[in-house]
Amino acid sequence: MTAVVTRRAGAATWVRFGLLLAFVVVFLIPIYVLLATSFKPLTEADPGQAWNLPRTWTGEAWRVAWEKLSPGLWNSVLLAVPGALLSCALGSMNGYVLSKWRFPGADVLFTLFLFGMFIPYQGVMIPLVQLLVKLNEWTGLQGVFYGGIPGLVLAHVVYGIPICTLIFRNYYVTIPDELVEASRVDGAGMLRTYWSVVLPVSAPAFAVVIIWQFTSLWNDFLFAVFLTSPTSWPATVMLNNIAGAQATPYSQQMAAAVLASIPTMLIYVLLGRFFMRGLMAGALKG
Amino acid sequence: MRRARSWLPGLLLVSPSIVAIGVFVYGMLGWNFRLAMTDQHDEVSEGEFVGLKNFVDLWDVPRWHVSVDHAVMFTVVFVLGALLLGWFLAFLMEKGIRGEGTFRAVYLFPMAVSFVATGIVWRWLMNSGTGERAVGLNRLFDVIGLPQWQWFRDPDWGMAAMAIPAIWQMSGYVMALFLAGFRGVPEELREAARVDGCTEWGVYRHVVLPLLRPVTLSALIILGHISLKVFDLIVAVSGKQIVTDVPAVFMWVAVFDAHDPAKGATIASYIVLSVAVFVIPYLVWSVRKERRS
Repeated sequence: MTAVVTRRAGAATWVRFGLLLAFVVVFLIPIYVLLATSFKPLTEADPGQAWNLPRTWTGEAWRVAWEKLSPGLWNSVLLAVPGALLSCALGSMNGYVLSKWRFPGADVLFTLFLFGMFIPYQGVMIPLVQLLVKLNEWTGLQGVFYGGIPGLVLAHVVYGIPICTLIFRNYYVTIPDELVEASRVDGAGMLRTYWSVVLPVSAPAFAVVIIWQFTSLWNDFLFAVFLTSPTSWPATVMLNNIAGAQATPYSQQMAAAVLASIPTMLIYVLLGRFFMRGLMAGALKG
Repeated sequence: MRRARSWLPGLLLVSPSIVAIGVFVYGMLGWNFRLAMTDQHDEVSEGEFVGLKNFVDLWDVPRWHVSVDHAVMFTVVFVLGALLLGWFLAFLMEKGIRGEGTFRAVYLFPMAVSFVATGIVWRWLMNSGTGERAVGLNRLFDVIGLPQWQWFRDPDWGMAAMAIPAIWQMSGYVMALFLAGFRGVPEELREAARVDGCTEWGVYRHVVLPLLRPVTLSALIILGHISLKVFDLIVAVSGKQIVTDVPAVFMWVAVFDAHDPAKGATIASYIVLSVAVFVIPYLVWSVRKERRS
C-alpha cells in the first residue's frame, strides 16, 4: 500500500517536473530568438535560417544598435535614477505619517491615493501635456517641462506617489508602535523620530521602492511618447523607432531590444528578492 | 480625537503629496472630462460646452467600434490566459519541487522587460509571412507540421494573438500571487479535511480553492486594468494599424495625428470609466476589509 502510494507520488512529481520544464523552454524561446538573431551577420538573414544559430557570430549589429540607442539609454538613466530617488523620499515620508502619525481622515486620504495607482494615465495625459506646455511658457525654460527629462521625471514622481506610499506604509505598519511612542516620550518630535528611529530600519523598503520605480520609469513608454521630444527620448521610445523603421535589419532590432533591457534584467537577477516584494505590494498585499 | 498639535505636523509633511495627487490625479481627471464635454476639435479654438455630445457621437465612428471590440477580445483572452497559466504553474509548484527557485526566476523574468522590447521579439515570432517567406513561429510550425497563421494580422482573431505576448509577460506574476496564496493555506486545514475522508482533489476543491478567492480577485483586477489601457505592446508589435487598434492607440492618434483634443479626451474618459467601474468597488472593499482585521 505504502509502496504504491510512494510510486504514484513519485510519478506525479516527475509529471509536474516535466511540465514545468516544458514551460521553461516555451518561456525562453523569445530569449533564444533575441540572442541568436542579434549575433547573425546580414548574409544569414534569410527566412530559411530564421531559427538557426549564427554560423558566423558577429557583434556588428550590437555595435550599430549601441550607436543608435546610446543617447536614449543615457536619457533613461537621467530619468530613472533621480525619479526613483525622489519617489523614495516622498513615499517614505508619506508612509511614515500614514502609519505612525495619523491624522483625522488618514484612511480616506489613503484610499484616495490608492485610486491614483490604478487610473489609466490616458485620463490625465492631455491636461498634463497642456500644463507642462504652460510651465515652459511661464518659466521661460523651453523644452524643460514639456519635451524635456525634468517634466517626465515630475510626472513619474507624482504618479508614483500612490504605490511608493503604499509600500512604505505597509512596511512601517510592521514597526512596533512602542518604538515610536518611546521616542515621543523622550521628547523627540515627528521629524526627529523619523530620522533616528524609523529611517535606520527602512533599508528593505527603500530597496523595494527604488527597484520598483527604477523598473517602471525605465520601461515606461506612454508618458515618454506624450511628453518628450527627440532629444529627450528615453530608450523605450528610441527602441520603438529603431525597430519600427523598415530598413532596420532584425539583428539590429534584437540587439537594441536586449541593450534597452539590460539594466532592468540585471536588477532582476541581482535583486530579485526585492523585485518580488514590489510586485506583491502592487497586489495590495502587505 | 487627539489634539491638533499632535497630528498637524504629520498632515503638513504629507501635504505636498496631497496637493500633487489632488492636482495631477483628480484635478486632471476632471479637466480631461471637462475637455471631453467641449467642441475643441482643433488646437486653436476655445471650445464651447456641448455636454455629452462627444460621448454619444463617438459611437458613430466605425473605428471606435473596432477598437472597443478589439479591447474586449484582448481583455478576455489575456486575462483568462494569464490567470489560467499562472494558476497552473503555481499548482504544479505548490507542493515544492526540485529547482523551484530556478523555475520561478524563469517564469517571472519577463516582468522585468519593457512591453516595447517584448513587442519587438513577438513581432518577429508572430510574423504573418507564410510558405517560403515564413519566419518566426510560422517557420517553426511549418517544420513540425502545424498550420501557419496570420497571427495579429488575422481580421477576426488578431487580438487573441496579440494577447499571447502579454500572457508571456504577466503569467509569471500571477503564478507568484497564486503560489503565495497556496502557501498561505494552513497545513492543519488540509490535514483536517484528509482525516475527514477527503480525497486530495476534495481537499483542493473544498479547502484550498475557496481560500484562493481573494488572490484570484487581486489578480483579476491587476490584469484587467493593465488590459483595458494596453498601449505599449500594441504600438511595438504593429504600430497604429487599424487591424490591432485599441482605445488607447486610437486616443494617441486622435491627439497627435488628428489634432482633436476633445475627441482624445472623450476616448480617454471612456478608458478611465471602464477601469473605474471595477477598481473603485475593489479598493473600497479591500480598505474596509483591512480596517476590520
